[in-house]
Amino acid sequence: MTAPDPASVLTGLADVLQEVAGTPADKVVREAGFEADLDIDSLTMVEVVVACEEKWGVRIPDAALEGLRTVGDAVDYIAGAAK
Amino acid sequence: MTAASTARQPVAVTGLGALTPLGRDVAALHEGLLEGRSGVRLLDAPEFAELPARLAATVDLTDRLDRVEARKLDRVQQVALVAAREAWADAGSPEVDGDRLAVVIGSGIGGALTLLDQDRVLRDKGPRAVSPHLIPMLMPNGPAATVGLEIGARAGVHCPVSACASGAEALALALDLLRSGRADIVVAGGAEACVHPLPLAGFAQMRALSTRHDEPEAASRPYDKGRDGFVLGEGAGVLVLETVAHAAARGARVHGHLAGAGLASDAHHVTAPDPTGTGAARSITAALRDAGVGPDEVGHIDAHATSTPLGDLAEARALNLALGTARPPVTAPKSCTGHLLGAAGAVEAIAALLSLSSGRIPAVRNLDDLDDQADLDIVRTVVREHPHEVALSTSFGFGGHDVSLVLTR
Repeated sequence: MTAPDPASVLTGLADVLQEVAGTPADKVVREAGFEADLDIDSLTMVEVVVACEEKWGVRIPDAALEGLRTVGDAVDYIAGAAK
Repeated sequence: MTAASTARQPVAVTGLGALTPLGRDVAALHEGLLEGRSGVRLLDAPEFAELPARLAATVDLTDRLDRVEARKLDRVQQVALVAAREAWADAGSPEVDGDRLAVVIGSGIGGALTLLDQDRVLRDKGPRAVSPHLIPMLMPNGPAATVGLEIGARAGVHCPVSACASGAEALALALDLLRSGRADIVVAGGAEACVHPLPLAGFAQMRALSTRHDEPEAASRPYDKGRDGFVLGEGAGVLVLETVAHAAARGARVHGHLAGAGLASDAHHVTAPDPTGTGAARSITAALRDAGVGPDEVGHIDAHATSTPLGDLAEARALNLALGTARPPVTAPKSCTGHLLGAAGAVEAIAALLSLSSGRIPAVRNLDDLDDQADLDIVRTVVREHPHEVALSTSFGFGGHDVSLVLTR
């Protein structure tokens, strides 16, 4: 599997957020905070993580989750982990 | 001691909501009962094919909830939310201090569909694939919690679990909360949604379900000689209850009153009704006393009457035991709706209030050949035009729970 580029991860993450939380795609920008801006609570964040793990075949441990505050954090982590 | 001396204050019913197999709202329930329509159908999907009992009375949730909202709610929470929204809107969406607003929504089974679905996910995909929403979706207090969040109730959110008496017990608890001054408004009712092969198989193994597959709409037939069990139903009934003073102060329209409740327990058998009907009779007597009305003042009865051979007769004995020579007309909503388990008591309290306000008592559907051991004045064939002031609604549940409610105009 070739590593996804950050732009495609961003698009894919927007799809996940739309499916799981109904988040409009135009709000899913790198600077957006999951909790602060997108109103994603901790349980829904777990759903997002599981969906991302399935989508990109990566593992996002709980320890890493704390560092994923914004969409950009998640995009970089997934793009890096999938390499 | 006269009945009146122990009577306590009634509370006002200012909002009604119902999602039932007869339709999307209270109006559809009322119309369906008066028309004697059946909400029962044959479950023809492949997963039901091997079941010995394949009938159910289901509701339609299509387009009732936002997709994202619905995916975090078990079906039992969804039906509760839909009915609660109708009731709350019907009450005029009252402006009330959340500290004075409580919720009591009972359920017999809780979020069984989510439990079963996620068990499959666990087996197929492992623990990391299990939904983080599993626990709040399967917990029996889920419907109460969902409704509490929706309306901002901060005076307590409760969930009585007493099988098929849960919805009625919720109304009894709400009555207590209002009388004791712990809330000004209580949103109360019952919800159930467990139409799935496993519960159906379990009830079927108890020989509790009708197997009249060739005639689904004739399967639920309380008091008929040919009755062979109940039909599993799903849905929710929710009422907005408030103190009479609070309702009057805000100029609320009042549908009627919850005037009394009586609770008892059989201490006889975990599932079989006490054939003497004494536990049920004690709940009826207690409810009448609580409301301060005598047996001869009861204008009609919305009976529990599930269409099981034993249960209908045990209840008939209980009614006669408690009411003596009084013979008010009896109707049986489950002949149309099927048995909504933990929602039944609330839906039938709504049905009783509709009969009180309209003066029209629906006929029992499918009553072709009356079981003469049911020594009651049962409303048959046509709607009974009967203006009256007091109604009795009974609910009984596995576990030996007996709950009776007295409703007044």
